[in-house]
Amino acid sequence: MKALIDWLDHRTGCRKLVHETLFENVPGGSRWRYVWGSTLTFTLVVQFITGIFLWMAYSPSSQTAWESVYYIQNQMLGGWLLRGIHHYTAQAMNVLLVLHLMQVIIDGAYKAPREINFWFGLALLFLVMGLSLTGYLLPWDQKGYWATKVATSIAAITPVIGPEVQKLIIGGAEYGHHTLTRFFALHAGVLPGTIVVLLVGHIYLFRRHGLTAAEPKRKPDAAFWPDQVLKDAVACLAVLAAVLFLSIKFGAELTAPADPADNYAAARPEWYFLFLFQLLKYFPGESEIWGAMILPGLVVGLVFAMPFFGRWRLGHRFNLGLLWVLLFTVAMLTWLAMKADRGNPGFVAATRQAQIDAERVKELASGPSGIPSSGAVTLLRADPFSQGPKLFARNCASCHRYDGHDGLGTIPADPQSASDLKGFASRSWLAGLLDPDRIAGTNYFGGTKFRDGKMAKFVKKEVAGFSAAQKEQLAQALAALSAEAGLKAQRDTEGKDSAAITAGRNFLASEAMQCTECHQFRKPDEDASAPDLTGYGSREWLLGILGNPKHDRFYGKRNDRMPSFGEDKILDAQALGLLADWLRGDWYTPQP
Amino acid sequence: MKPSDIPDQPERRDFLTKTAAVAIGAITALVPAAVGLVTVFDPLRRRSAASGPVLVTTLNALPNDGKPRRFQIIADREDAWNKFPQVPVGAVYLRRVDENRVEALNVTCPHAGCPVEFKPDTQSFLCPCHDSKFKLDGTLADPESPSPRGLDTLTVEIRNGAEVWVTFQNFEAGKARKVPLA
Repeated sequence: MKALIDWLDHRTGCRKLVHETLFENVPGGSRWRYVWGSTLTFTLVVQFITGIFLWMAYSPSSQTAWESVYYIQNQMLGGWLLRGIHHYTAQAMNVLLVLHLMQVIIDGAYKAPREINFWFGLALLFLVMGLSLTGYLLPWDQKGYWATKVATSIAAITPVIGPEVQKLIIGGAEYGHHTLTRFFALHAGVLPGTIVVLLVGHIYLFRRHGLTAAEPKRKPDAAFWPDQVLKDAVACLAVLAAVLFLSIKFGAELTAPADPADNYAAARPEWYFLFLFQLLKYFPGESEIWGAMILPGLVVGLVFAMPFFGRWRLGHRFNLGLLWVLLFTVAMLTWLAMKADRGNPGFVAATRQAQIDAERVKELASGPSGIPSSGAVTLLRADPFSQGPKLFARNCASCHRYDGHDGLGTIPADPQSASDLKGFASRSWLAGLLDPDRIAGTNYFGGTKFRDGKMAKFVKKEVAGFSAAQKEQLAQALAALSAEAGLKAQRDTEGKDSAAITAGRNFLASEAMQCTECHQFRKPDEDASAPDLTGYGSREWLLGILGNPKHDRFYGKRNDRMPSFGEDKILDAQALGLLADWLRGDWYTPQP
Repeated sequence: MKPSDIPDQPERRDFLTKTAAVAIGAITALVPAAVGLVTVFDPLRRRSAASGPVLVTTLNALPNDGKPRRFQIIADREDAWNKFPQVPVGAVYLRRVDENRVEALNVTCPHAGCPVEFKPDTQSFLCPCHDSKFKLDGTLADPESPSPRGLDTLTVEIRNGAEVWVTFQNFEAGKARKVPLA
């Protein structure tokens, strides 16, 4: 063994190198406050290792970025943990950078002759922030996409060359494939490469000038090895433990795939950039450049100038004051941003919806059709369960309700003035419509001009006086009417009740029930003045009434305020289909 | 008295410190690397998708003179996160051996995986990569051929009198024995 090491040492001088590395003098002996630099190097190494492994499975394009991350996260063995470690180590780095900076400033390690090393450190800080910013976009999910879009839009306010700068950053006029390829090259190539170069310089200069001891020294000087190494190792282990805890407990988030057509009200930068985000709120209109560039630029300039201030008699105190003011301001702005979001129902609802979409797209992607080559975003766009509520909230909820809300869980500001469509055409929904106590209530005709119409009168006068036998017939007629819809939720029940449904169909058409006095059912009736009951609540029927309620088949001239969504080109055929399917509860559900 | 003041203590303490430093250092470095390595071995869990018999063509499409004709196999394909319904997954040469009997050969050369081509002038299959030659029935035509075995035959069924159904499979290259890809 010794011969081998001798052989190697003779050719490389490795013994001297190892000796220099391990027996660096630590003035005043090992201390916990010296661990920050080592933990940062450690986190950087962790990011290099996990990053390269992620690289092996990641595919940067707008149709494959989210999809490959989804695959890493949900299909590859251990992929979720790998991603979790990379994600939370990135966050840990930001915390450790601040701690390292604090230690350097408090201990006066920025003063002559260590100015250049201080600047190396600051440059490294900004490069790591660059890694955070570029890495946030790479999964190409809603959160990263919209947050990064905000960040790169800020580049556009650069005086004179703003639009060109923005185009260069995002690789074109719009976000797309080249935004990802550029960000990925920056994230995995340019920035880490630059960091390695600067880090070598940083450590070289650190070794050249030696460690700045925190006064007063408590113990005699000692070598770096083994006491300080042990402290550093323990600190790294603690960082790793925290990262593993967060990765296992919470995991790295992957929201729904980025959809440029579906704006995302929950877009926020990562928590460590929230202070910059908050700062922008205080600069209205064209003064944004002050909050986005000039003010942060001045602050950065001040920090860079700290070694010069440090020469003055009171300079160190000034720097300490500046450090604490900055930390306090950043903490305050972060807290304000979080507080504003917590108290903002729109943001809370958007976050909730984002979680629902994220869960849903996972269900669809692991379903039998898998992810098409056009990307996972098309799965969500064609999914009634995700799109129905959004379409309903935007187009229907100013009058209608869905289970008392707007489909997305928010109670609209406008009072309810049309029926609640949750379970439309189901047996229980129809039972309510034919209930003398409920037909004129807000959940049915209460808010409409049909409140005192023929149907309401019929239910309140005639149905209210029905005998027990007639009520039984009515129930069967309603079961038959509900069966016209062919709802997925009632498929099993209807299979069992087929005899009762056939009987009900006859009651529905009979004169005794009086339905066909106004409604058409299964045979042409030119005198019909109320909506057709043939195929009532079926997809085709819903598409008809959504498309044009003023058609003779539906309300005709009696239509209240319902817009002709199809006829007037308010919604396209796909949107109408999604809305109809959603109202009918017809969407893909995974087999348990 | 502090432990460091006991005369023969420091060396022992030093040893413990050194061992702990090395052990903890090793753990911190190994955990992320190990997690990454696990994902690298994920492909070993993947199986090649075996499909059942696929309708390829009809008997009418195959010449009576026994001349082979090339057909694509259309089936569902899965590629990591993507699923592609009904896309080309491979190709076969079909050859009519008599009125109602058809032979199918996978176009992939068993030597190194290049697709072979039928050469009408020599009435044989030639691999364009390393010049392996195969007879019409797929057996090796030339003992000098680098291919360790003849072209891989596939199961053919004639259904409803005229439909040609092929059970498509790929096999391990470079071996004398025909082993289906797992």
